[in-house]
Amino acid sequence: MADLTTDFLGITSPNPFWLASAPPTDKEYNVRRAFEAGWGGVVWKTLGAEGPPVVNVNGPRYGAIYGADRRLLGLNNIELITDRPLEVNLEEMARVKADYPDRALIASIMVPCEEGAWKAILPRVAETGADGIELNFGCPHGMSERGMGSAVGQVPEYIEMVTRWCKKYYDRPVIVKLTPNITDVRKPAAAAKNGGADAVSLINTINSITSVNLDTMSPEPSIDGKGSHGGYCGPAVKPIAMSMVSEIARNPDTLGLPISGIGGITTWRDAAEFISLGCGNVQVCTAAMTYGFKIVEEMATGLSKWMDEKGHTNVRDFVGQAVPNVTDWQYLNLNYIAKAKIDQDQCIKCGRCYAACEDTSHQAISMGADRVFEVIDEECVACNLCVDVCPVEDCITMEQMQPGAVDPRTGKRVEETYANWTMHPNNPMAKAAE
Amino acid sequence: MAHGQTAPGILAGRLSSEEIETNFSDLHPPYAPHEAAVAADRCYFCHDAPCVTACPTDIDIPLFIRQIQGGNPEGAAETILSQNILGGMCARVCPTETLCEEVCVREVAEGKPVEIGRLQRFATDVLMGSGEHPFMRAEDTGKRVAVVGAGPAGLACAHRLAMLGHQVTIYDANSKPGGLNEYGIAAYKATNDFAQAEVDWLLRIGGISVECNAALGNGLTLEGLREAFDAVFLAVGLAGVNALRAQGEDKPGVHHAVDFISEVRQADDLLKHPVGRHVVVIGGGMTAIDAAVKSKLLGAEHVTVAYRRGASAMGASKFEQDLATSKGVKLMFNVQPRQVHGEDAATEIELEYTASVDGTLQGTGESVRLPADQVLKAIGQRLEGVPDALHLNGNKIAVIGAGRTSVEGVWAGGDCAAGGEDLTVTAVAEGRDAAMDIDAVLRA
Ligand SMILES: Cc1cc2nc3c(=O)[nH]c(=O)nc-3n(C[C@H](O)[C@H](O)[C@H](O)COP(=O)(O)OP(=O)(O)OC[C@H]3O[C@@H](n4cnc5c(N)ncnc54)[C@H](O)[C@@H]3O)c2cc1C
Ligand SMILES: Cc1cc2nc3c(=O)[nH]c(=O)nc-3n(C[C@H](O)[C@H](O)[C@H](O)COP(=O)(O)O)c2cc1C
Ligand code: SF4
Repeated sequence: MADLTTDFLGITSPNPFWLASAPPTDKEYNVRRAFEAGWGGVVWKTLGAEGPPVVNVNGPRYGAIYGADRRLLGLNNIELITDRPLEVNLEEMARVKADYPDRALIASIMVPCEEGAWKAILPRVAETGADGIELNFGCPHGMSERGMGSAVGQVPEYIEMVTRWCKKYYDRPVIVKLTPNITDVRKPAAAAKNGGADAVSLINTINSITSVNLDTMSPEPSIDGKGSHGGYCGPAVKPIAMSMVSEIARNPDTLGLPISGIGGITTWRDAAEFISLGCGNVQVCTAAMTYGFKIVEEMATGLSKWMDEKGHTNVRDFVGQAVPNVTDWQYLNLNYIAKAKIDQDQCIKCGRCYAACEDTSHQAISMGADRVFEVIDEECVACNLCVDVCPVEDCITMEQMQPGAVDPRTGKRVEETYANWTMHPNNPMAKAAE
Repeated sequence: MAHGQTAPGILAGRLSSEEIETNFSDLHPPYAPHEAAVAADRCYFCHDAPCVTACPTDIDIPLFIRQIQGGNPEGAAETILSQNILGGMCARVCPTETLCEEVCVREVAEGKPVEIGRLQRFATDVLMGSGEHPFMRAEDTGKRVAVVGAGPAGLACAHRLAMLGHQVTIYDANSKPGGLNEYGIAAYKATNDFAQAEVDWLLRIGGISVECNAALGNGLTLEGLREAFDAVFLAVGLAGVNALRAQGEDKPGVHHAVDFISEVRQADDLLKHPVGRHVVVIGGGMTAIDAAVKSKLLGAEHVTVAYRRGASAMGASKFEQDLATSKGVKLMFNVQPRQVHGEDAATEIELEYTASVDGTLQGTGESVRLPADQVLKAIGQRLEGVPDALHLNGNKIAVIGAGRTSVEGVWAGGDCAAGGEDLTVTAVAEGRDAAMDIDAVLRA
């Protein structure tokens, strides 16, 4: 069994699975149970400034999107940062950290965008023995209206400024948590780096309305007939999060900046994917909220087994392994030609591939007598839609055409050389026309 | 040419080889990977799941199913096998309908449980198919333990002891290890010689030697074992069979169902295995059902199970009863055997109707005669040849805690020990738990 011990910013944890700042990490009771269940670390539920805590709504704060069999795919929430007094949280954090020195404990913080506010809270956090802090610049609701959370996260200059204050008044690692509610995530990441951040974590939740009740005409979750946009998370946001992570990982401005990956991580495989895209560890919220703390056992055993298979002895071995393969569209090889292929032995003859291709793609699937579906190579552009809609795994596959063969669609020979859009004759800005 | 089902007497070769092959194929064929994925997806990953509580070996079922979901069937198998080293056999033979699947929240809500048994089979098949044995022995403790009986209880105990670093010698009276996994369990539940393959796989932990044809009471004595070993675990099962006490019981054509089942299990060629035209099985447990179904599968024309109480009192579960009737077995309730008739061999059986009067079962005086050229007695097995020193509880070895008997240094578990149902999985649990207790005592 591969050793999952992870070193992130000099903070070690027995595995790369941390619980993200959210209800699962809201109090000592939860965090102790999480550690007992095997989580490697926690980012404590976001702390606010001294004084009366924020208040939450007293009606439903979550909405959900389901897949078949009521599987929870997306969760949306209108919860705020911790609604418990600062002192209580700090005392609990200190107690838990003392009892679990081998686990990572990070304090998430969101206080007003004033130097004094940060200067006041940071020494008190340091006293708890927490291993580092995470700046919550991401919360998209409730706090942003107060000039905190994503209101800060959307302005790179503020991020840089606040990060700098934190580095000034706190001597342990500073992680900046990014909001996805922004057009180009590379900007806030670069700002964090410029401010001296040790790492970024992402994503926080995405602005969302999960559903509208068509009888009451209120968005859900509905509080007394009204709803407000919430933050979306869970399996549905994973592709968005991974794209953002990869952008930061391959951006020259932030090259080498450690990343803590968050967003929809539910299984070991999700975690491995985030790590391969450049994350030094991962954080989980919705999966724990859906299935309980115990899921970490599946994550840990699955990741460890996969690492054994691949010969990795440390998580570090594959951090960012996929990053070099993330490129811009214009550099993709246009001489790579594939065709869809339907395995007749596996086909259950539902005809979904036919409907998809005939109605919405390239009319490249024929329907014969007895519902036999076959790909017409003369028409197939290898778009992959049939593969994606087929209910049977591996029944339709994409087969690469070998160099030298003739593509029946274009009548042209498949070239073995690499050629991309920047070199293509149709491109008015093509560099070297051959 | 096959003789056909209507040829009279006890005959071999009633069916064609194709029919025999179909009949004795896997009762629950294994899942293909996609089927396993769909089945696994139905699990809700319940908190403090009822299925785990219902499993006598406490397998972490939600976790192993989640590992299958996550594409890690080998990890799932490890989760299973770390609690139940015979998880492969249990996946095939456990009456899941009265254990884990009965309490699955989806059974309760929709009448359609997550198919835990088949998922368990999927995971364990993948791991065992890969040839891997995921457990390692701890450092040698220098302690030696004798295990008597190589059935599920003995094997589970031996494996756990070996894993904990002790040296184990298993003695078994039979010529092959496996106990009822090898000689009892229905052939269509453990196809392809799975029982021996599983024993071979289990022994790969190392530190266990198996001595067959070595019986306690016939060469081996409890005293001798106690002197030669640091601890003894008795797992001898129930080697004796109960008597019917009906007239004509000694006629040719009347057999013990367990012998019949064991012969069918050990047969090299089922085509050569004889079975009657009219078979009547006496009893109401798993053994009765297995014997009846096997008779039918071998080509008997009429097979009747005659049970002295009603359907709900039957030891065999509803699933087993339905299995029998689906194969064409007739279940007769509230009848008890009075006499086996026939000149030189059995030809008919006379059954008397029964009724419960003031809580006791009594014959009503009315009777019925069925044609019967073969009568199979499946009225229970019992403990035989227990060393005198051991105290009994009822007619089984009395134990307290994790299998401690009245004799110091001697533990017992499985069917031969009092308490628990007589099931493969219970035997495994008792063997494992006794091993933990033996380990604790040996280290103290
Ligand atoms: C026909 C039949 C069908 C069954 N079907 C099922 C089923 O589908 N599912 C299920 O869960 N359970 C089933 N059972 C019950 C299950 O097989 C038993 O509960 C289980 O095998 C008990 O395990 P054990 O290790 O205690 O004993 P056994 O499996 O009986 O093993 C005892 C071992 O001890 C050996 N032995 C006996 N005496 C001595 C001696 N004096 N010295 C040395 N060795 C000795 C025997 O040779 C044997 O190998 C069935 C039982 C029968 C009879
Ligand atoms: C109910 C709820 C409350 C949250 N509260 C916070 C918070 O206080 N601070 C914070 O940084 N993120 C908060 N988050 C965001 C999560 O930490 C995480 O970034 C997000 O849910 C994406 O991960 P996931 O898909 O694993 O849930 C919250 C999320 C949820 C669902
Ligand atoms: S989970 Fe249900 S019971 Fe618990 S606080 Fe929320 S609404 Fe109440």
